[in-house]
Amino acid sequence: MSAWAASIDERPAAPAPPERAPGVNDFSCTIATANGTGSASANALLVRAVFRMGVPVSGKNLLPSNIQGMPTWYEIRVNGDGHTARTGRCHLMAAMNAQTFPQDVAAVAPGGYVLYDATAVPSYRWERDDVGFLGVPLSLLVGEVSEDPRQRVLLRNVAYVGALSALLAVDPTVVAAALSERFAGRPELEQANQRAFELGFDHAESRVDCPLPFHVAPAHGTAGAVLMDGNTSTAIGCLYAGATVAAWYPITPSTSVMDRFGELCARYRRVPDVQPADALGGGPAGAGDLDTPAGQRDNYLIVQAEDELAAIGMVVGANWNGARAFTATSGPGLSLMGELLGLAYYAEIPAVVFDVQRSGPSTGMPTRTQQADLLEAAYASHGDTKHLLLFPADPKECFDFAVVAFDAAERFQTPVLVLSDFDIGMNDWVVPRLQWDDRFQPDRGRVLSRGDLASMERYFRYAPWDDEHVAARTLPGVDPKGAYFTRGSGHDSLGDYTEAPQRYQEVVDRLAAKHAAATGHLPEPLVEHHGGARVGVITLGSADAAVREAVEELAGRGVPVDYLRVRSFPFHAAVADFLRAHDRCIVVEQNRDGQLRSLLVAEAAAAPDRLGSVRCYGGLPVTVPDVVDGILLELGR
Amino acid sequence: MPSITKPLIPAVRRERNALGLTIRDYEGPMSTLCAGCGHDSTTAALVQALWQSNLEPHRVVKLSGIGCSSKTPTYFLRSAHGFNSVHGRMAPIATGANAANRDLLYLGISGDGDALSIGLGHLCHAVRRNVRMVYLIENNGVYGLTKGQFSPTADLGSLSHRGEHNLVPPIDPMLLGLSLGATFLARGFSGDKAHLVPILEAALAHRGFALVDVISPCVQFNNHAASTKSYAATRAHELHVTDLAVPHAPVTATIPTEGAVDVPMPGGGSVRLRALPADYDPTDRRSVSAFLHEHAGRGEVPTGLLFLDESVPDMHERSGSSRVPLNQLAFDELCPGADALDALQAAYR
Ligand SMILES: Cc1ncc(C[n+]2csc(CCOP(=O)(O)OP(=O)(O)O)c2C)c(N)n1
Ligand code: SF4
Ligand SMILES: [Mg+2]
Repeated sequence: MSAWAASIDERPAAPAPPERAPGVNDFSCTIATANGTGSASANALLVRAVFRMGVPVSGKNLLPSNIQGMPTWYEIRVNGDGHTARTGRCHLMAAMNAQTFPQDVAAVAPGGYVLYDATAVPSYRWERDDVGFLGVPLSLLVGEVSEDPRQRVLLRNVAYVGALSALLAVDPTVVAAALSERFAGRPELEQANQRAFELGFDHAESRVDCPLPFHVAPAHGTAGAVLMDGNTSTAIGCLYAGATVAAWYPITPSTSVMDRFGELCARYRRVPDVQPADALGGGPAGAGDLDTPAGQRDNYLIVQAEDELAAIGMVVGANWNGARAFTATSGPGLSLMGELLGLAYYAEIPAVVFDVQRSGPSTGMPTRTQQADLLEAAYASHGDTKHLLLFPADPKECFDFAVVAFDAAERFQTPVLVLSDFDIGMNDWVVPRLQWDDRFQPDRGRVLSRGDLASMERYFRYAPWDDEHVAARTLPGVDPKGAYFTRGSGHDSLGDYTEAPQRYQEVVDRLAAKHAAATGHLPEPLVEHHGGARVGVITLGSADAAVREAVEELAGRGVPVDYLRVRSFPFHAAVADFLRAHDRCIVVEQNRDGQLRSLLVAEAAAAPDRLGSVRCYGGLPVTVPDVVDGILLELGR
Repeated sequence: MPSITKPLIPAVRRERNALGLTIRDYEGPMSTLCAGCGHDSTTAALVQALWQSNLEPHRVVKLSGIGCSSKTPTYFLRSAHGFNSVHGRMAPIATGANAANRDLLYLGISGDGDALSIGLGHLCHAVRRNVRMVYLIENNGVYGLTKGQFSPTADLGSLSHRGEHNLVPPIDPMLLGLSLGATFLARGFSGDKAHLVPILEAALAHRGFALVDVISPCVQFNNHAASTKSYAATRAHELHVTDLAVPHAPVTATIPTEGAVDVPMPGGGSVRLRALPADYDPTDRRSVSAFLHEHAGRGEVPTGLLFLDESVPDMHERSGSSRVPLNQLAFDELCPGADALDALQAAYR
């Protein structure tokens, strides 16, 4: 493991893979700052500029759970081949945080560089002679642009973006354009920011031999792509899927799902008011309405609930009543939702939950990533409960799977949990542009209309069922004939209360069959064969990028392995086939206990003795060397 | 286990309401609660109130949590959708259901444990949101379904059927509601149907969150909240038999139009129910608060329409939601389409 990773993540070192020299469109740069200094938008600016130059890039926030003051890092990887995982290497360190300066210097790969604020760190005793030190008096420079100390902090960020742009040959006109967009309509701010950028850029260019040997060169690798985080794309997915009700309780790192959903709804779901007489009314019209513009109405309702029990309760109530409703949460919230998820499973009510996973157990590390909610999500709630799970690997899949989730939830009248994570949700990823087919019609599942009911002698909630083991539901208020009693207590196929063993069992057995039948409607695993490999590697979600690259690297090192990424639970038959087809499979995942591995043993008939495990659970997105080393170790190499 | 004593509903009622429906159309299957349970009497009053309110049965949605009280939605309005959910979570489920379709009438039934213990937080927030619904607490001062533990309305110092003292003071849902900005607060007694039915009718007509506290004695494990006298052991306890459920007659009394009445409770003790004075003004939050505090101090339980504020918008009006119920909007009204998605993504280039 590289010095950089070790410095912030004190895991024992594993044998380092051969160091690959950085090059044009192939290097990593880390920006070290303190939380709450407004560096996030400056960092995003740099990444966006690289992206706009046509070069694949990723930016990972390694933040502390803190609002202000603690050290934070932003890792940028530029890779013309589209590899976006963390490498654990740092070729250029923008060491902007005096507090972590020594450790940041120590993290740079030999031959790399350190950019530092020569105003802030005037007399550091350089302890390394194998890296180049590039001092730019950033604070001093921006002093001329603004008097306001707060603004100076922000401008210093833009100035380091300027210096980095010069060093890395990032096109200044591209950055300037991005700044203009960002400060559109605020000319003074824009001017100050443009000036700060120029000062940083010019200073670096005039004193250093720019660009550095590794840098950005314009390419065509991002045509048709967008740079987006997964919480944003999740929110867009919910908008497009036709969700009208959302209920939530704030929790990192899921909060921005609802922030974005609210913004999108305010933009796309406000309609001119019409005035039909409403049947029951709701008190004085619009009297307390502060956010919806006069003369407009919202085709959505977002409720910030009192807790996650309430959030999932509202989602269950709304879905039961025929609206597409969802919540977004993270581990602690998911734990609270258990009982109601069990109710929704047993009473057969759709629900969509986005679990943006963070590091557990308990409060754990809220701003760190993990894939450790798998088992909790699969079996959330007491009793024989099983849910449908989706595992997006990037923001594009967050969008696509959001739509799948609502369809599957309504078709199978059951909760669907979408397991994203901090890495996907809160970091910007280069992904193919989100696509929408205007012919798409949502699958609302079997819901009986008045007309349907008219032709029926009698209606029973849980019988008859179709070949996917789904019985038709009815919505309140439609027709007296459709009335039934929803209960989480023992019930039979007619929906009546029962404690009779056989009548009870008939229902729970059907639920198991229904769960299995849903498989065909969930995303199938992605499989890549590498010419007759006897070893298979299995992973899921955000580990995909690192594992894929590791698989390539292993092939290059004479260790060919096949690759499978599961994308949903229950597992498709292809997963069991893959397990059977390989002498040995290794599961790579980001949790301590090998939860995916356990799930494969329990639910895909995997033979434990042929199933290895690589687990990375320190809270930072898994690196390529982590995976390569882990697999080699498992293979005894 | 069918009841032995059933609520006092005449076997055949031919009379029809404005919708042409008889009271039978508002009934449900036979109750499985204990004979004489106050909850069954409350159900009977509810049936009457729904019928008199001329509500289309299938336009009503019945919701509940878990408890003996929460079982009662099974026993009325057989042609309405019902939802017996989980313990304490009826309010969020009702809030979500209401969010999806604002045009139906939501009738939530809860118990004092369901509402004020495990579900207290949700109740408070549903009050604050002014979700348009009736939230009825069938208040017996005890956990009926789990056999007689203290509920949050059990009176300080009262004895449980196991002979333990209640050491913590009770919650008064009416005072609680008042402090949270409730828009409708009323209290009735299951044993005085003539008094309770108009209260329920008023609640059904309210265009916001109507909180109704119905004193609804548990004839098995009663240790009523408002009972200031010591609790004599139940017959079951005396016999040292815990699974013997003795049939009882329902507790009834008539609340006078003036003054108070002492209602003896099944296990001993009594509740003093007080009518509201003629000059009582339910719209003045401050005087209502003073009145409730004064009577709580005297160990009396004021009954009637205690507080009303019709000026507050409900959850939907506050949010400016669509007048068309959200569950009835067509997909093409909701999905912005491919061109919009392309345009939207310009910001992510
Ligand atoms: C999560 C959970 N905890 C505990 C219970 C057990 N339980 C069922 S009903 C009940 C109390 C009911 O009391 P109340 O709401 O006053 O209803 P009553 O039976 O008195 O009408 C309890 C504790 C449960 N069903 N769920
Ligand atoms: S235990 Fe009490 S509350 Fe429950 S049904 Fe019997 S009398 Fe009613
Ligand atoms: Mg009770």
